[in-house]
Amino acid sequence: MTCFRYILALAIKEFLALLRDKRSRMVIIGPPIAQLLIFGFAATYDLNNVPVAIFDEDRGVAARELVSRIDGSPNFQVITTISHDSEVAPLIDNKEVLLVLHIGQNFSADLMQGRTAPLQAILDGRNSNTAMIAMNYLRTILLDYNLSWLESQGRSGPLVSLQTRAWYNENLQSRWFIIPGIVGLLTLVVTLLVTALSVAREREAGTFDQLLVTPLRPTEILIGKAIPGIVIGLLQATLIIVLMVLFFEIPLRGSVGALYLGIVLFLLSAVGIGLMISAIAATQQQAVLGAFLFLVPSVILSGFSTPIANMPQLVQWLTYLNPLRYFLVVVRGVTLEGDSYALLLNQYWPMAIIGVASLAFAGWLFRNRMY
Amino acid sequence: MRRSSRMRLLGMIRKESLQILRDPSSISIAFVLPVVLLFLFGYGVSLDAKLIPVGIVIEQPDSATQSLAGAFERSEFFRPYHFDSIQSAQQMLNERRIDGILWMRSNFSSNLLAGQEAPIGVIINGVDSNQANITQGYIQGTWLAWLSRYAESRGHSLPVPVSLEQRVWFNAALSSRLFLVPGLIAIIMTMIGSLLTALVVAREWERGTMEALMVTPLRIGELLAGKLIPYFALGMAGMLFSVALAVWQFDVPLRGSLWLLMASSALFMLVALAIGMLISIVSKNQFVAGQLAIIVTFLPAFILSGFLFDINSMPEWVQLITHLVPARYFVAILQTLFLAGDVWPVVLSNMGALLLMLLFFFTLVWRKSHKHLE
Amino acid sequence: MSGNPTTLSAVSKTFRSAGRKITALDSIDLTLQPGRVTGLIGPDGAGKTTLMRLVAGLLLPDKGAIQVLGIDALTRPLEVQSSIGYMPQRFGLYEDLSVQENLELYADLQGVPVAQRATRFQELMQMTGLSPFTQRLAGQLSGGMKQKLGLACTLVRSPRLLLLDEPTVGVDPLSRRELWQIVYHQVQEVGMSVLLSTAYLDEAERCDEVILMHQGKLLGQGTPAEFSRPVSGRIFQASAAGCSHRRLQEQLSRAPGVLDALIEGEAVRLVMESPSKPEPEALLPEQQNLQLTAVEPRFEDAFIARLKRRRDLGGMALSLQKKVTANTDDEVIRVHKLQRRFGDFIAVNNISFSVRRGEIFGLLGANGAGKSTTFRMLCGLLPASSGELAVAGHDLRQAAASARGRIGYMAQKFSLYTSLSVIQNLRFFSGVYGLRGKQQKARLEWALTTFELEPFRDANAGDLPLGYKQRLSFAAALMHEPEILFLDEPTSGVDPLARREFWARTNALAEAGVTVLVTTHFMEEANYCDRLVIMAEGEVLTEGTPLAMKTSARTPENPDPTMEDAFIQLIEQRQAQQATA
Repeated sequence: MTCFRYILALAIKEFLALLRDKRSRMVIIGPPIAQLLIFGFAATYDLNNVPVAIFDEDRGVAARELVSRIDGSPNFQVITTISHDSEVAPLIDNKEVLLVLHIGQNFSADLMQGRTAPLQAILDGRNSNTAMIAMNYLRTILLDYNLSWLESQGRSGPLVSLQTRAWYNENLQSRWFIIPGIVGLLTLVVTLLVTALSVAREREAGTFDQLLVTPLRPTEILIGKAIPGIVIGLLQATLIIVLMVLFFEIPLRGSVGALYLGIVLFLLSAVGIGLMISAIAATQQQAVLGAFLFLVPSVILSGFSTPIANMPQLVQWLTYLNPLRYFLVVVRGVTLEGDSYALLLNQYWPMAIIGVASLAFAGWLFRNRMY
Repeated sequence: MRRSSRMRLLGMIRKESLQILRDPSSISIAFVLPVVLLFLFGYGVSLDAKLIPVGIVIEQPDSATQSLAGAFERSEFFRPYHFDSIQSAQQMLNERRIDGILWMRSNFSSNLLAGQEAPIGVIINGVDSNQANITQGYIQGTWLAWLSRYAESRGHSLPVPVSLEQRVWFNAALSSRLFLVPGLIAIIMTMIGSLLTALVVAREWERGTMEALMVTPLRIGELLAGKLIPYFALGMAGMLFSVALAVWQFDVPLRGSLWLLMASSALFMLVALAIGMLISIVSKNQFVAGQLAIIVTFLPAFILSGFLFDINSMPEWVQLITHLVPARYFVAILQTLFLAGDVWPVVLSNMGALLLMLLFFFTLVWRKSHKHLE
Repeated sequence: MSGNPTTLSAVSKTFRSAGRKITALDSIDLTLQPGRVTGLIGPDGAGKTTLMRLVAGLLLPDKGAIQVLGIDALTRPLEVQSSIGYMPQRFGLYEDLSVQENLELYADLQGVPVAQRATRFQELMQMTGLSPFTQRLAGQLSGGMKQKLGLACTLVRSPRLLLLDEPTVGVDPLSRRELWQIVYHQVQEVGMSVLLSTAYLDEAERCDEVILMHQGKLLGQGTPAEFSRPVSGRIFQASAAGCSHRRLQEQLSRAPGVLDALIEGEAVRLVMESPSKPEPEALLPEQQNLQLTAVEPRFEDAFIARLKRRRDLGGMALSLQKKVTANTDDEVIRVHKLQRRFGDFIAVNNISFSVRRGEIFGLLGANGAGKSTTFRMLCGLLPASSGELAVAGHDLRQAAASARGRIGYMAQKFSLYTSLSVIQNLRFFSGVYGLRGKQQKARLEWALTTFELEPFRDANAGDLPLGYKQRLSFAAALMHEPEILFLDEPTSGVDPLARREFWARTNALAEAGVTVLVTTHFMEEANYCDRLVIMAEGEVLTEGTPLAMKTSARTPENPDPTMEDAFIQLIEQRQAQQATA
């Protein structure tokens, strides 16, 4: 009971220290929201209005029909037509267009005679991902075009067709994938900064010694310092989730309880790692750099923007140490896939282990690294 | 007067260089961080999917379904799992153990033989939409290839009115490493130029050494130059080191000329340094300087520079914001110089933008820094 | 370009802080004399640093004109800066550069020709005694050595005007003496003019001329003797056989007509309100053996007479609810063969001492003597390498947390939460010591009234003036009425008025039975201690009462040595021993 009072006094102090300072208040509230908005809109793999140039040597009706299909798609925008081969290279080199479509002289003639008419696509591969996505869009348009051409000729297409449905993210919007990820990312950044600096700042100011000579036990100090990180992280996560659902209209299909269980476990591990960094660092600069050196790889190796399955095996093993990896599955599972507790069990326990282990280590460091 | 000015400048440069050499965190930002980032991105991050786990549901096995399943088994893109009912496959999809399902219903072969439509059901986990698109593309490709082979085996050819011939310039294999690694150089230089410089100048304010410097005859220009030159050298060293790693370790071709790369890097470095200086002048303490540097320079360089995400596809107002991110221009130069070569219009226009930013930020730094303590 | 090195006419300067306007300097007129050491004296917040920065051209005044060496400091600050030397309070040494590299840097910046450097550096290093350490990193020098290096860097190009902002704060007596020798040397040999600010009043006497400032106003300018003239005839030394000087001082400070009572050696120095010699009976009717002798006034007396406001000291003394009544022969702190090593370096080497209940026990020594390390081990902040230590019967590093509830600790540096308000700090510390409800409320009230912090109740602790910060730290350490109090350099950098208050409170605590362990490098403060040890290079040089130490330092030339004399003698004896060994 007394122990609880000590912790409460310490936690209140931590909150006051964070919130009375205008600058640290700013760091907690302002940037995360701005980042959510900007990154929420910016971070997308979907392509809109890809600039296209048409090099049409055929000028037949069939060619014009194809061009208008491409121009009519929201993904592409025909910005110029050229009439000579030599114009292709400057357009692509100078990044004026991503794609040049070359329709050969015999395009219409081939089509009419039932021969396969080649369509040449020249792509700027400097950003290979963009090129690949544009290519996929183009293929889909062409597939449709082929089918309707065959139909208009009274012929049937192939008997075996693909009837594709996407689950969970029916329109395959990149934003639905990225924004739940930002919940994890921003929560991690703020929680880590709040906790990583907490001990280092006190050490620099000399107040940590003052704290250690009070009757507080290291465990109590640890818990007192962990509480603000967890509470602020919870509020932050809630705010972002509300914005995500109301503003970005991402569905929240699963159990909110399962999501919050994940958030709490995730915060536990983030706070543990933050306090560990803080206990190791002698100065604030070291703490900032330490937090940074943890953050960058943990974001890259979390599946936030690129799938873990594509990584080399060794790197994949490394990701098992990363709490963000598990949390991203939880948050996407609950929002998009509608998961509940049972399906997420395998994500919960590793976060709990990381949290307990890192907190225990931080507590040990408090006691043994007092000088 | 001129000689004493040179002496002061050299003194400042010597001091900064000694401090860089003695401070492990400077060295680690300039050399260790690039290695970590390059290896993480070079090896760890790949958008190129391989061995996608897919479930193949065959309700009634026979030769037609076997030949289609075989096409997926032989493909280098898939790792197929076989099911005999859609329920068990969907269960696996739910548990995230497979990314997609191909479903051949029990009447698939009979319809096919009877000349009726025999559609294949495809279900894809769409959570990671980008990955889902890629998976869908691979499935389509495998399906088309199987169609034509199947038609051939039955003695007639598949009617394909228009076929697509793709020619990808600069990166024929569409390897994501080739575009990620050059872009990373912009991130690394942002770190050295802005984050490190902001921290270092803020430290002088915190430790009171700035006051001692200010009361010497040191001029403001000498003070700025004395800070800029060593960190410029450090940044360029970090850049060359990263280029060497990119070319020799990650086999990224350098098709443009090295001197142009150096020149544009130098320009970008100066912009990054000017922003770092500005941050430290405004904040005067390391905590705030570190935060600002990350929020103002590092994160935008990551997300708004075109390094990962295509700028043209962002909403109009975000595109406007990206014009304020110097890394945007440098990423464009880097990707062009590495993969395309010396494309003057691209390089010159982006360098022009960087030059404008440089003038802007330097004017700000110059006007904000004076030898007063207020 | 001859004439006065510095003239200020009608200079005013205000700052804005948290929406409030603070007047740092209020129409100051002054002129410095060439070739002299001028002392800038005043309590915290008097405006000393602002004045220095204005003269150095680092700040611009709101009003008024400043001429430095005939140059207008407002319009041509660069020229001023190329002809003066300025050592800020926290001198900007680069701790990751060596002594030599720091010198080189400032030589470059000051444009010292390369050819002249070798001799100049040698001269400076010899003068400062840093010759053996030129390759050492500045961060690894002791506090006194850092100050000397700072001064050497300021002097690389012999300036015509030298500005020193509190150069001796936190520096031990030996280094302080050496710093002064360097300053005198510059004035006498080179004809330099020096403006020096200090909070040590004994240093005022070493100046040719003194400028007294208070709250941004100039109170007076003149020689130290001119300042002490008005108080002549009002200064007396009081002693009473059979009464401890601490009790005597406490009684006298409340006696009628007494403006100030200060422990001085074994006697009490009195500053009276009027110049007539008081009758001993009138001062203390119950004290039979009171003897009064008239003594020569000093600058400090004049300073106190001008600035001290008379107040009811009854309210200032600490009313402790809890009287510790136990056998005074109890050994509360015991240290036996305590040692602490950092790698090869032995910070504390086999020291032993013990402290009894209700004693004020002092740890005296220069910077780097091992006082703070000993302190940190006693408080359980640092494990001992070997040896035994017990505080109230426990080693605090292993003891149960509750054992720490019996001690109070005040760190050397202000170490409360700067972004929390005064009341929030006090509430926090009382909370972690387990106070709550009515009891907590009562202690908070007590702290705010006793330490006169009520007006600052909601101000951020970081924005308090230094003297009030120290009061707040003291209050925070006393919230839980500890039996044992650890005070690490409590008066460092605090002005004389605040120091007096501090010791009055500490005395009252000791009278109430609290055991106090205190470190200090102010030698005259040793007189407040019942017993003390003097430390140097991690070892205890001597242990005993202040009187015994001074007695043993008595020589024919110096029949009445001060504590500082005794200290320097001990250090010199040790150095002589080491030289022969």
